[in-house]
Amino acid sequence: MDAKPKLLTALDSITVILLAIATLMVFFYAPMEAVMGQVQRVFYFHVAAGWVGMLGFLVAAIAGIAYLRSGNRRWDIVGLSAVEIGMVFALINIVTGSIWARPIWNTWWTWDPRLTTATIMELIYAAYLLLRQGIEDPDRRARFGAVYAIVGFLSVPLTFFSARLFRTIHPVVIGTNQPGATGDFDMTPLMLQTFMVSLLAFSFVFADLLWHRIRLGRLADRVEQLKLKTVE
Amino acid sequence: MSEATAVREDARLTALEKLREYLRALWAVVWKDLAAELRSRELLTSMLVFALLVILIFNFALELDARTRATITSGVLWVTFAFAGTLGLNRSMAIEKDRGCLDGLLLAPVDRSAIYFGKTLGNLIFMLIIEAIVLPVYSVLYNTNLFNPGLVGVILLGSIGFVVVGTLLASMAVQTRTRDVLLPILLFPVIIPVMIAAVKASNGFLQGIEMDAIRPWLNLLIVYDVIFTAVAFMVFDYVVEE
Repeated sequence: MDAKPKLLTALDSITVILLAIATLMVFFYAPMEAVMGQVQRVFYFHVAAGWVGMLGFLVAAIAGIAYLRSGNRRWDIVGLSAVEIGMVFALINIVTGSIWARPIWNTWWTWDPRLTTATIMELIYAAYLLLRQGIEDPDRRARFGAVYAIVGFLSVPLTFFSARLFRTIHPVVIGTNQPGATGDFDMTPLMLQTFMVSLLAFSFVFADLLWHRIRLGRLADRVEQLKLKTVE
Repeated sequence: MSEATAVREDARLTALEKLREYLRALWAVVWKDLAAELRSRELLTSMLVFALLVILIFNFALELDARTRATITSGVLWVTFAFAGTLGLNRSMAIEKDRGCLDGLLLAPVDRSAIYFGKTLGNLIFMLIIEAIVLPVYSVLYNTNLFNPGLVGVILLGSIGFVVVGTLLASMAVQTRTRDVLLPILLFPVIIPVMIAAVKASNGFLQGIEMDAIRPWLNLLIVYDVIFTAVAFMVFDYVVEE
């Protein structure tokens, strides 16, 4: 039985501390946004969760390519872990966004490109999990999972562009602003710092969870092999 | 002629021969599908009846009167194509799997991508046949003229995108426990860009909107087709590998 690596324990504590700091900064350090008020504070974790979701799906696609090239089971575990984490954070992203949109856009939901893309992304990776569930042979499951992770990830930007050819009302806080986006605001330095810390904290959460999930996947593999051995 | 040019000439000849060989293998797969379909006619008939049923349901679900039709014809058409196409893709791969044809195909000493492109081309032909029947039927039923060269182009581009991804995913879906249930779940979220672009571009042509407004959608369709043809070409080997 592998002992839990020391580095992982260290990463756990760093992650918890960072997340606590980010939470405190969101509530006490970042100034209140003049127009939107308290609800704007959801922005820091909303964007950070979206970032982790995308990161998860990107890692899954890369792990898919690596698996197809090498045939190493480890990459399959990485891919599955990244998809699971990505789905959870993409969902957090959607839910926090809805909470913000209710007072600002006066609706929980609208078919804005980003919202549409986020939903379709969740559906793609739900299909990914269903696909894996339908295959017993672990080798084939890994291959099909890898192929679908690649195909799915490539379609995401195209979905976004196609949905963006419709007009958008989602504010673009980072990068160019388009006039007319409801709920738009400029970040003050304090806000920017809070935002950066949130991003960093969530990135650590991602790395930490990914490591744990990969470890879990490996252990599950081992259990499976031991079971087969005892049956023999 | 110097020796170097002679060697190069030789290499070009063999490359050309290889290409001819490849195309022959590809065409053999297409011909096999067409010949089987000519004899049984089960795929095209079921796709066609299904397509007409979808239009019938839309007719009552959306009350397709003249005013509504003006804005949603392209949407109705593309949903019909997508549903009928999914049915066809499932069937075309299930036949391969059930009768052990796929194993036979894989044993053939040809590049696997020739099998993929052969199946894709076959599926594309079936889909285009269905579309070629549905369009005039829709025109007659609703007394509108859908014969528009732009629309035909959009249908071709959209069908290519649909079939390219669909054939790849269908060959995965038939190898799973849930089989045909899984294909639409895998396929639909991935072909959303094709659907959006195809519906918008078709609508543009039907409404006679100027070309500048339609071109971005056409570009999107072309980009999608190119990207996913390349991806499917690269990953198909892993999907049929045993």
